[in-house]
Amino acid sequence: MSGKIIIENGLKAAVNVGSSKLPNEVLKNSSALLSSLAAKPHVLPDLSYDYNALEPVISAETMTIHHSKHHNTYVTNLNNTIEKIDSAMVAGDVSGTIALQGALKFNGGGHINHTLFWENLSPDSTYDENGALAGAINEQFGSVENMKAALGASAIAVQGSGWGWLGYNPNTGSVEIATLPNQDPLEATTGLKPLLGIDVWEHAYYVDYRNLRPKYVEAIWDIIDWKTVEDRFVAAKK
Amino acid sequence: MKFFAASLLLGSAAALTPESSRREMLGKTLAAGAALAVPGAANAYFVPDLPYDFEALEPYIDAPTMKIHHDKHHATYVANINKAMEGKDEVPILDLMADALEAGPVRNSGGGHYNHAFFWEEMAPADVAKKSKVSDQLSGLIDKSFGSMDEMKAKFEAQAAPGAVFGSGWVWVCVNQAGDKLEIVGTPNQDNPLMKGVKDEIMFPILGLDVWEHAYYLKYQNRRPEYVSNWWNVVNWDKVSENCAYVVEKHAGVPVKG
Repeated sequence: MSGKIIIENGLKAAVNVGSSKLPNEVLKNSSALLSSLAAKPHVLPDLSYDYNALEPVISAETMTIHHSKHHNTYVTNLNNTIEKIDSAMVAGDVSGTIALQGALKFNGGGHINHTLFWENLSPDSTYDENGALAGAINEQFGSVENMKAALGASAIAVQGSGWGWLGYNPNTGSVEIATLPNQDPLEATTGLKPLLGIDVWEHAYYVDYRNLRPKYVEAIWDIIDWKTVEDRFVAAKK
Repeated sequence: MKFFAASLLLGSAAALTPESSRREMLGKTLAAGAALAVPGAANAYFVPDLPYDFEALEPYIDAPTMKIHHDKHHATYVANINKAMEGKDEVPILDLMADALEAGPVRNSGGGHYNHAFFWEEMAPADVAKKSKVSDQLSGLIDKSFGSMDEMKAKFEAQAAPGAVFGSGWVWVCVNQAGDKLEIVGTPNQDNPLMKGVKDEIMFPILGLDVWEHAYYLKYQNRRPEYVSNWWNVVNWDKVSENCAYVVEKHAGVPVKG
């Protein structure tokens, strides 16, 4: 354990236990010190392409709102939730800490998922038929077309809000498809390592496709950044 | 048999009348025949007409949203529930709600059909909504359950906030099982409180709000709280009061068209 964590845990323990015995000044300074030791706030990542770069599949209008409003809100609320969890933990409030887990999963998952999503989209979509990823896909699905059909169908069938994923299963060493509701994050929920995510919340496609989710899912294959997906696969396999 | 008898009668009447009215009569005969179709046939459920025009709820809910919401989203639920119920006995959609959780596609499509059919009826153009009144019975229940109308609205808006219903879902004001109190609950996707197992007890909605993104995205984008606070302007309290009287008396959910 690093020295910082030892000090932090020690301080937290001291603040929780027998706090009536600690002078007020020590308590106040401990809390201040703990706050400054707390992790830096999460930030909205920049896109590596312009808002209009994914047209006509996804419009600049959608990208602007999706990135600067929806994702941004997850980041803001994640930071707020973490602050509240910190306070609850410092106060030794187990029940309060647990009560915040839903907000943590939702906003934290939202931040994770959207960060992954922007990175697996690109105006430049080139699939390497001979890459390691293609090998794994062919082994599992027969062909990339089969995989697209299966992932597409699963993503379309998500009830309400959620995501479709191609993931890497570290236990079996193969790639597989999963869908998750709301902003539940893939790895924390299923253990699968995320390779490719498709957002099927209505906000992801409503401006451009209205209720026609199948059209959006069909179109999104033209803007998948297969290089990133392959890089993730290679990293996951290590 | 009824169809043939009717058409023979009308057909013979048609033979004695001028050409244009004959065509008219034959048209009516076919329509009458269709209405006599055997119960349980496919397409037992239908999308009920809105009780107002698509633009009627402007500026609070925009016309394009009303059109797509009604003609596409609601229609899809109806198409799917008809598919799911093909060959089965035809029952009012309300009757499918209690056991919906056990019934696979009925939960999503049947719930979707009931919820939207319920939703359209409780709203009215703003000028009508403004004149609508909360009945004494409903007012009494509101005060007893929440303290006041303002407190009820605040609680409702909190339940409708993005941090309360995390994804797609609905928010409801319900009469409880005992019939003596109101509850505000959120349900995910197309679940509703009439479905056994969704909440601790079956409850009877008297007012509901769709907070799926499709219900507000074109006008409000991610600004769900603004959509919710604007929506009060089109709530028809006469209808909500009617719903309240009905569920309290009958100890059952409000029936819907379609």
